[in-house]
Amino acid sequence: MAVLTEEQSMLRDAARTWTQEKSPVSAFRKVRDAGSPLGYDPDAFAEMAEMGWAGVIIPEEYGGSDFGYLSLGLVLEETGRTLTASPILSSALAAASAIVLGGSEAQKQAWLPKIASGELVGTLAVDEGPHHSPAKVGVTATRSGSGYTISGTKTFVLEGMAAGLFVISARTAGAAGDKSGITLFLVPADAKGVSRKALKLADSRGAAVVTFDKVEVGADSVLGAEGAGFDLLEKTLDRARAGLAAEMLGAAVQAFETTLDYLKTRVQFGQVIGSFQALQHRAAKMFTDLELARSCVEAALTAIDNDSPDVPELVSLAKAKMGDTLHLVSNEMVQMHGGIGMTDAHDAGLYLKRARAQEATYGGQAYHRDRYARLQGY
Amino acid sequence: MADFGGETTDAFRAEAKDWLAANFPTSLKGRGGVMYTEGGGSSDPKIKAWTKAMGDRGWGVPTWPKAYGGGGLSSAEARVLQQEMNAIGAWNPIGGMGVMMFGPTLLEYGNEDQKRRHIPPITRADIRWCQGFSEPGAGSDLASLQTKAEDKGDHWLVNGQKIWTSGAQWADWCFCLVRTDTSKKHEGISFLLIDMRSPGIEVRPIQLISGNSPFCETFFTDVKVPKENLVGPLGGGWTIAKRLLQHERSGLAGGGAGGGRGGLFTGPVSDLAKSYLGADEAGRIADSEIRSRVTAHEMEARAFQLTAIRSMVESRSNSGPSATTSIMKNAGTKIAQDRAELTLEVLGHQGLGWEGSDFTAEELAAVRGWLGGKAFTIYGGSAEIQSNIISKRILGLPDPLSASSH
Repeated sequence: MAVLTEEQSMLRDAARTWTQEKSPVSAFRKVRDAGSPLGYDPDAFAEMAEMGWAGVIIPEEYGGSDFGYLSLGLVLEETGRTLTASPILSSALAAASAIVLGGSEAQKQAWLPKIASGELVGTLAVDEGPHHSPAKVGVTATRSGSGYTISGTKTFVLEGMAAGLFVISARTAGAAGDKSGITLFLVPADAKGVSRKALKLADSRGAAVVTFDKVEVGADSVLGAEGAGFDLLEKTLDRARAGLAAEMLGAAVQAFETTLDYLKTRVQFGQVIGSFQALQHRAAKMFTDLELARSCVEAALTAIDNDSPDVPELVSLAKAKMGDTLHLVSNEMVQMHGGIGMTDAHDAGLYLKRARAQEATYGGQAYHRDRYARLQGY
Repeated sequence: MADFGGETTDAFRAEAKDWLAANFPTSLKGRGGVMYTEGGGSSDPKIKAWTKAMGDRGWGVPTWPKAYGGGGLSSAEARVLQQEMNAIGAWNPIGGMGVMMFGPTLLEYGNEDQKRRHIPPITRADIRWCQGFSEPGAGSDLASLQTKAEDKGDHWLVNGQKIWTSGAQWADWCFCLVRTDTSKKHEGISFLLIDMRSPGIEVRPIQLISGNSPFCETFFTDVKVPKENLVGPLGGGWTIAKRLLQHERSGLAGGGAGGGRGGLFTGPVSDLAKSYLGADEAGRIADSEIRSRVTAHEMEARAFQLTAIRSMVESRSNSGPSATTSIMKNAGTKIAQDRAELTLEVLGHQGLGWEGSDFTAEELAAVRGWLGGKAFTIYGGSAEIQSNIISKRILGLPDPLSASSH
């Protein structure tokens, strides 16, 4: 655990207390069983926003607290522990980052206070296929009059059903795969021609396919400069990836602790199974990986706060190492619990399903290892 | 300049800079690695002069007390000294087991006479120490050691055999675990200091798979040891040994990742892969399978480095080692071994040269380093013992060996 300031310790303690008391895993289970298309509990999110969690990275003049990414990571780690579903990541971190980094004064005033207060959910609409690939943009934005017409489909959009605002990447020039010619737009969900459909995924969150059918937007909806959106998108995605890694860290730590408790209580052959060396050494391996992964996640978040030039490589390191670690821990959680871990009544399956969705989001381990190597020049 | 400790060290920085400029021979820049591979010590007069200067000043062991020949520096000052040494390529000529393991332990457990007698020669690199712990029948289960020390009134009489005594062929003294009571396992062990010139000691170097002989077998036959050479209470050797092994493990993990320990190839393995396997137009390592594994390795090494930094910052702010330190030996040694294996694979047949002019010095060192590095996960508490320690001490799992474990 990084060395925290007093304010950060208080924020983390508040997040821990609230998630343990108000949003344990049973709360997520209830949301899932209710089959709500939103994929989260709006009342719970309102409470989170009330505590200021939706404004942690937003500057004070736009209604936030400007506490930074390591601070928001602390909140996400705690919500990750209990599998709390909420738009904190997609909206308060990802969409807010895009606007803070690339927005005009008018755009910041229009959107950030609403995101900080929780009344508006924003989200990134980036991917168009099953694998994360931010340069592979087929959605087009063509000039029409003083504005643009956007057409195409984005998929696996986080909180796509709840979102009131999409930060969408569209092509204003070039071909799919080109880094230049990509432009980011802010498109309200109620714009004419926007339609969406819930995607029912194994992790029971609010992902959606969003279709843009000749959606007319004004020139003032361009985020940043036309054709130069890729760099802004990557900077935004790096923040989202680091925040997601923090959430994954929480999930992995909790999955490990739950499993460790089971090793200490489950009796077979007249002794607790945690006395078997075959299980002990696997537990030691998980603990080791968790420690290494934590260092990467905290380093990435800290680098973002310091605006350090090695943010991209540290983020890819964090997402890949955290992905590998969560992958291992979520599998071992099921295996070490044995039959009970296979039942829907037990939490192990919820962690396992969530783990794979988190791994795939904003680039999996293979994506980020390749990116790390490219950034290092090999 | 601001320092972590929060103290003002500007004056000390100026002092260190001036002293180093006056005393470090610039021709020795970057030759620190050579020093330790020579084993028997260097005869180079410049190295001898540099060693004497550092020894007289006490800066080889900067934080040890001045009264025993140390530098008496605060940890903030010691960091400044290290930074100033790094800045000019200077290296510490005072090292070895006396500095890394025995000295800190004796400062904690030795009596005043022992400290006055044994610490100053370590600070000047006059006396070299070796470690007499492992025995043929006591490896990972160290506490089952049998080398016996009998109380003969005015001396101890030592009989038995030690193995894997690093550098015993060059050592002047040995810090040794001996059995003073056969009725108790852990409480029957005492910590004894033995002069290696005593009659009855025989040292035989062991040739390893790497072709090197850094370790020895050491035989003790009716060796007389003065009574005052017992450190700590009779039967208190196990407690002292555990403490000493903590110093050993933190030292071993530190060298694990990133450094050129697997051979003399320093830099990232990725550079090596590009030069031996080629690169495509985009600058990627041509062999995609090797590229994936090199990447995974480099990332794991980076994660380890970040963890070492985090662990240091945390222990400084919590004033004590955190749970994080328990993983360092296993993680660091695994990465070092992976690096050696990958290096060898990247070099192909060229990485299997044993001797001769068909191979570069780096290539020859790579194969020896790879073989020698197999010891990393065996000595200093094997990887399996480290996992037992994490399970028991950190995770609180029951001890399957509760009757006999440490």
